[in-house]
Amino acid sequence: MTSQPTALVLRTAGTNCDRETVQALEMAGARTELLHLNALSAEPRRLAAAQILVIPGGFSYGDYVAAGRILGHELRHRLGEEIATFVEGGGFVLGICNGFQVLVELGLIEGPRAEPSQRRMALTANSSNRFESRWVHLRNERSACEWLERGTVWPVPVAHGEGRVALRSAGDLEALTDAGQVALRYVTADGGEAGYPDCPNGSAGQIAGLCDPSGRVLGLMPHPERNITPFHHPFWTRLPERDEGEGLALFRGLVSAAS
Amino acid sequence: MSHPAPAALPDAWRVEVFRSQDRPDPDGEQTLAAALELGLELGLEPIEGLRLGRGYLLPPELSQAAVETIARELLADPVVDTPRITAPGGHPEVPAGVHRVLVAPQPGVMDPVATAVGRALVRDGHLAEYSTGTVATFRAWELTGAVDRAGLETLGRRLLANETIDTLRFDSEDLPYVQPGGSGHRGSVEVPLRALDDDALLALSREGQLSLDLAEMQTVRDHYAALGREPSALELETIAQTWSEHCKHKTLCGLIDFEGERIDNLLRSTIGAATRTIDAPWCLSVFEDNAGIVEFEGDQAVCIKVETHNHPSAIDPFGGAGTGIGGVIRDVLGAGLGAEPIANIDAFFVGPLDLPADEVPKGTMHPRRILRGVVDGVRQYGNCMGIPTVTGGLWHHKGYTANPLVYAGTVGLMPSSMAHKQVAAGDAIVAVGGRTGRDGIHGATFSSIELSEHSETESSHAVQIGDPITEKGVLDTLLRARDAGLYRGITDCGAGGFSSAVGEMGEHCGADVELDRVPLKYPGLSSHEVWISEAQERMVLSVPPEKLEACLAVFAAEDVEAVVIGHFTDTGKLVVRDGDEVVGELDMQFLHKGNPRTVRQAAWVAPDVADPGVPTSTDPQAELLALLAHPNLCSREWIVRQYDHEVQGRSAIKPMVGPAGDGPGDAAVIQPLAESTRGLALAVGANPLQGRLDPWAMAAAGIDEALRNVVSVGADPERAVLLDNFSWGNCNEPDRLGSLVLAARACHDVALAFRAPFVSGKDSLNNEYRVGDRTLSIPPTLLITAMAPVPDLRRAVTMDLKRAGNRLYLVGETAADLGGSHWFDVLGLDGGRVPRPDLERAPAQMRALHGAIAAGRVRACHDLSEGGLAVAAAEMAFAGRCGARVALGSVPLAADLPGAADGDAVALFSESCTRFLVEVEPDHAAGFEQALAGFPCASVGEVTDDGRLELLGRDGATLVDLDVEQLRQAHTGGFRG
Repeated sequence: MTSQPTALVLRTAGTNCDRETVQALEMAGARTELLHLNALSAEPRRLAAAQILVIPGGFSYGDYVAAGRILGHELRHRLGEEIATFVEGGGFVLGICNGFQVLVELGLIEGPRAEPSQRRMALTANSSNRFESRWVHLRNERSACEWLERGTVWPVPVAHGEGRVALRSAGDLEALTDAGQVALRYVTADGGEAGYPDCPNGSAGQIAGLCDPSGRVLGLMPHPERNITPFHHPFWTRLPERDEGEGLALFRGLVSAAS
Repeated sequence: MSHPAPAALPDAWRVEVFRSQDRPDPDGEQTLAAALELGLELGLEPIEGLRLGRGYLLPPELSQAAVETIARELLADPVVDTPRITAPGGHPEVPAGVHRVLVAPQPGVMDPVATAVGRALVRDGHLAEYSTGTVATFRAWELTGAVDRAGLETLGRRLLANETIDTLRFDSEDLPYVQPGGSGHRGSVEVPLRALDDDALLALSREGQLSLDLAEMQTVRDHYAALGREPSALELETIAQTWSEHCKHKTLCGLIDFEGERIDNLLRSTIGAATRTIDAPWCLSVFEDNAGIVEFEGDQAVCIKVETHNHPSAIDPFGGAGTGIGGVIRDVLGAGLGAEPIANIDAFFVGPLDLPADEVPKGTMHPRRILRGVVDGVRQYGNCMGIPTVTGGLWHHKGYTANPLVYAGTVGLMPSSMAHKQVAAGDAIVAVGGRTGRDGIHGATFSSIELSEHSETESSHAVQIGDPITEKGVLDTLLRARDAGLYRGITDCGAGGFSSAVGEMGEHCGADVELDRVPLKYPGLSSHEVWISEAQERMVLSVPPEKLEACLAVFAAEDVEAVVIGHFTDTGKLVVRDGDEVVGELDMQFLHKGNPRTVRQAAWVAPDVADPGVPTSTDPQAELLALLAHPNLCSREWIVRQYDHEVQGRSAIKPMVGPAGDGPGDAAVIQPLAESTRGLALAVGANPLQGRLDPWAMAAAGIDEALRNVVSVGADPERAVLLDNFSWGNCNEPDRLGSLVLAARACHDVALAFRAPFVSGKDSLNNEYRVGDRTLSIPPTLLITAMAPVPDLRRAVTMDLKRAGNRLYLVGETAADLGGSHWFDVLGLDGGRVPRPDLERAPAQMRALHGAIAAGRVRACHDLSEGGLAVAAAEMAFAGRCGARVALGSVPLAADLPGAADGDAVALFSESCTRFLVEVEPDHAAGFEQALAGFPCASVGEVTDDGRLELLGRDGATLVDLDVEQLRQAHTGGFRG
């Protein structure tokens, strides 16, 4: 298939990054539809008509109780079946920042029918116990997410207070890595192992993004949609003239895979 | 430890969610560190461990199975948390040897988390309906270590709770689980006024917290005497809100006698006059709406407003700062027909962070706690709203210890065609957003009186707790309704609540309000409480009847409450009903124009401080390092990184610049429109050390600084606009008012010289603090905000040095302007001449520099401000990880330098206005010099690759030779929260 895919961008109270996420998807070639959760719940068939579901960043429901908790809970109750069917049917799901937190709460990183309370991973308070707004580097890892160009190291901003990946038991890091679910890691600018603040939150294994075993569901804490214009890079005034930011490649890969 | 009687335990399921024992508990660790910081002084060293349990009280009618499901699915994380569930009336199973401190919001204080949980329980079918109080939250802190009761109480009061809004329990498990409310009277309450003498009038004003003076009370009395009836409580409250200093600016707009001259409306005759004289055609709406609105590009406009939220932040720093941001965002939402907020600004003025605990005045918090609280408040509200906080400032002075200043600003984007609003008789009055409760009663009048050691108890009802997520829902839906043209007028519900919002909107027509239609958080409010409550997150719309249904549907689609609470009329009267009863009827003319104009006396007497002249800089290296670490200059990275400054994807020049992101940028630049490379620069300026010496110069230098900052990043000074925010002491005192007059006159003169109009502003007077019979004023503080377009983002520049071999130019003239300088502060000196911009030269010089930047001739630019040339060069060097060599002998010095003066000291540390240090590639040097021809501009050095900052004296001797890494460490080594 080479048709232009439709990306459905979901929003609700506290979805803050919808505008720039739509912009990134459109620059990458997708047709986009920005939809409120109530509207999608009223017409769930609109999900079936899309190829990509994106849950953007923000503070859904104020991140009260825990980041992404209440929206994850609500999605499970209102659209859990439809989302599972969408993923099983070959649909792609991208969760950015708060969207990643929602995917984890939904249990979707474990698989479309996983019981959320059995999930192995949590996104919890940064080890600094602070909101961290800074630029980091990611490396696309060898993973089931084959639409990410493997090995690329690229700059991207993070902005979150609860982005530390915590795992249920010691063996889970190896298991997730072996299953090809560790899609993105924080690294230093030259690809080396990241300590704070290159790894801004103290994540297990410096994990920045996880995918499901199929590679079609990806969640990541950093914001690739904030590195798409020539002016997003934190020191573009020192660099040769740029046409675009490095984050756009992620959206191109996604749109291309879903085409 | 004795357990309380079971009867005192709440009749509710209790779920406490702790991090599992084998998991880190960052809240516990952070709070423990803060406790140990206080420990030495307050006996908290014995604390060994501290863990936080997030507590929830759930209705007793839930089954145990249901509570277990809720705990597992909603309240606790299955990987990192362990919930502890206690049945209604039961005592929690507390581990042995553990002390507990419980912190719960007082009944009636907003609890957004409880509301969110309650709504989720309704959605899942656990509860049939939710009303405030059905679910409650608390924090359970568990301590280990040999802490005594006094230690527990110190910890609770100093760190864990703010008793203005929180209930505290020490090793006691009773918690409030009640529906807030009370038995407020619905209906009219007559207030006998006509027979009162002057003393009784003043007593009524004071006891009723009306904050009206005698002349105003007499005017009200005479008005009702003429009407032949007594006022109702609601009418009296409405008048007090509308006539408050906060809403009416009685001082700045009143009559002032100053040096034999009668000033009629200081604001209009200075700041307003400058704007009218400049008469810029691109100003669409100035000083008439919630925010100033100016053209940006094509059919798009930007608007801007900066507010003060000082007194609420003194009492509850977190809530005060958060609602400060929330309020100014609503100003922008309510400007014209509403704008999309695209950037936030914040600036704080607090006491010294190293203030000894025994010098903290009674009834106030330590400056550290205040600063942490206000940063937290802005972080939580701004981040949640998805609006980037892009610029701001932080200043310290002992005079702010008891009365901190908190400024919050917002920039909005809107179609130019929506810059104006209307209200028409027959339109529905629609209240949108949060429900009304007893929060924020008397905020407008409270802000107009001095603080005292009793403020935190007397005025706790003036504190509001924000709920950003409710405001975000309002923002999302409001802009949809705006774009669909579903309303005609809009304003925010700020100070004075509905009384001000509806009263202002209906000023020229009339309004008829039905209070029984207002949705309440809980029952028990009296009629006038509903009317004047300053509950947050509310907007008021004027909706044409034929569009009402469609308008309400937009809000309903996203679960935002929107309710018709009355309609606008053509009667010229404000009629307020509650059920069948009229509880207030006011003549709009009297309400808005009937207040008497008081004549205030103003006088300026310069302080009796000898000019210390120009001392010799005996140790320039040590002085430079001390300046870099000065509280007003040192790195704010710990604050900046807690604010999301890139959300919305509009960020173009970030607040921190350079390859490591640790250079203090002059101004932030955003790209408002994705399809255009036109940028928008934002910056602030303030000089609180200067105001006491020379208020005119302080204001003029502040404007110059704000403009320098935006020009430094590439903004066009000919399209710059300004905002004024005065925070002053009690202006009934002639000396305070005298300095205010001079500062306002400076605003006029300097705005006119630069042809940069003021478009909005806000004053906060009465920033004084009473202890016993002493009154302490803050330093007179003027915050200037500048906003200007960057014609082409590709030409924007940052302050970090770029490449060895490039030249360094100093633009602008340096004089012995050391009064109020930070060098003097470091040396412990007072007095001296405060810098003043040269109003002939400064505007043209900034235009010339802008021309050079716009022509692509500049690689880096930094304004010279606090700490002068030495600090600017140091910051540029470490920000760019480059070395620099500067010869002070080349610095253009003023001709009037005192004969015996240390010219090196002046060149290094003077804070003269309108100066920039500029990096230029050798190929562009000729073009740059040509662009600056006719202005003081000299090549003073070069960028080097040896990683050192070298400053050479006028005789060629090396005055400073330091590793830039050492400079960076001095800059970043201070307080980090």
